[in-house]
Amino acid sequence: MYSASDLRKGLKIEIEGQPYAITDFQFVKPGKGQALYRCKMKNLITGATLDKTYRAVEKIDKPNLEERDLIYSYQDGEAYVFMDSGTYEQIHLGDDVLGDQRFFLVEDMEVKILFFNNQPIEITLPFFIEKEIVETEPGARGDTATNVMKPAKIDNGYEIQVPLFINQGDRVRIDTRTGKYADRVSKGF
Amino acid sequence: MADALTELRQKRHALRVRSEILFAIRAFFRERDFLEVDTPVRLPAPALEEHIDAEPCGEWFLRTSPELHMKRLLAAGYPRIFQIGPCFRRGESGHLHHPEYAMLEWYRADADYLRILEDTRALIASIGRHLQSLNISVPAAFEREWIIQAVREVFRKWAGWDPVIAFDADRFDVDLVERVEPQLKRLGGPFVLMDYPAPLAALARLKPDQPQVGERWELYIDGIEIANAYSELADADEQARRFEQCAARRRAAGHTVYPLDQHFLEALSAMPAAGGIALGIDRLVMMYTGHHDLSTVIAFQEHERQD
Repeated sequence: MYSASDLRKGLKIEIEGQPYAITDFQFVKPGKGQALYRCKMKNLITGATLDKTYRAVEKIDKPNLEERDLIYSYQDGEAYVFMDSGTYEQIHLGDDVLGDQRFFLVEDMEVKILFFNNQPIEITLPFFIEKEIVETEPGARGDTATNVMKPAKIDNGYEIQVPLFINQGDRVRIDTRTGKYADRVSKGF
Repeated sequence: MADALTELRQKRHALRVRSEILFAIRAFFRERDFLEVDTPVRLPAPALEEHIDAEPCGEWFLRTSPELHMKRLLAAGYPRIFQIGPCFRRGESGHLHHPEYAMLEWYRADADYLRILEDTRALIASIGRHLQSLNISVPAAFEREWIIQAVREVFRKWAGWDPVIAFDADRFDVDLVERVEPQLKRLGGPFVLMDYPAPLAALARLKPDQPQVGERWELYIDGIEIANAYSELADADEQARRFEQCAARRRAAGHTVYPLDQHFLEALSAMPAAGGIALGIDRLVMMYTGHHDLSTVIAFQEHERQD
């Protein structure tokens, strides 16, 4: 259990069986009144937001959260399979947990998966991954401007905006937090 | 180290405004024949308040307010006194709270909370004029019309209940924070909440014609609490009774119960009718510099000292 005085931005708590992360926090104490802890939070499963005010005497449930390092293995139909390199246990995740992150999976990549009561609810990828551009309009030779962008597709069909000088076959780095092009790793042939 | 110095340099404007505000406050009270006083910071018996915790200091405590000593001076025949100095409140830390903060208190004999309100309006106007004379711009909030409304009206309007008829301390605090203060912020400018339910006016006189209400007001600027004023309770027996009740509630909640200040209780019977006020200097400076975070106007913050 947490005490109200433990509350702070970023802390993860449990309310009525649901895990929440505190996104905004304020200590308030009106006039001669009691200390109150105002929290804005986000449900870690549904993304729904919630505002709640706690009193100093209140106790708050600690969620049973566990973060594990897993290796991405392969795609199996609709599912993406991850493996625990210690126990060889396999975890299957779908689009519901992965969202757009599924486009940035690279075989043998190490990821962090957050489990709530042993259910996977959130995945964190390395900040940068490398992908090959499989489709884009030919770039203008010698044009190294980075502020003019054009669409390009990576192997799984995900579309990103890249600078004009990027060609089919180039390898690029993508920021998995924003889903955006970061820089070019190597030229195609 | 370099970062800490950069942070300090960035406070140059705020610290100048702070210095000018302190200058204007002292000038204001001198013109009105007030005596500036200093009272002990470390004391054996801090004022008993249900929700205010004093920081222990050796066998004693750091003051949470200079109130009790100021009233002893009133009782001894000093009719107009003011003090600017540090106060300490244990466990209060946030955008609008710092465990060590600067408080201005002033007291007037033969006066009540309405006279203190006149002083406050004149003081705010005087600080504004002083800053403007130095080409320091004053935020629009201070130019706005003052709104003065009774606590019960405000609660009926925005919280849907009357805390004077059916007082509920817990609901009062939560509704004040969740329903009333956001409205005061939305309206903007100075707003005075007048006449609190009697249980929320521990050191105030009750209204002679309406004993369920205490003569207390609070000043808000842009929804942020700046000052708390009372018509001071001058009845030693009544004060002792209220302290006992407060001590019982603190004991029940498992909080430290501070010894009663017997010197204060003895002096109270000699104290003239008086009005008094406590005003948070850091918050006032913060409002004048247009910020909503105390860290912008306090040069050295506690968390930094703990690193």
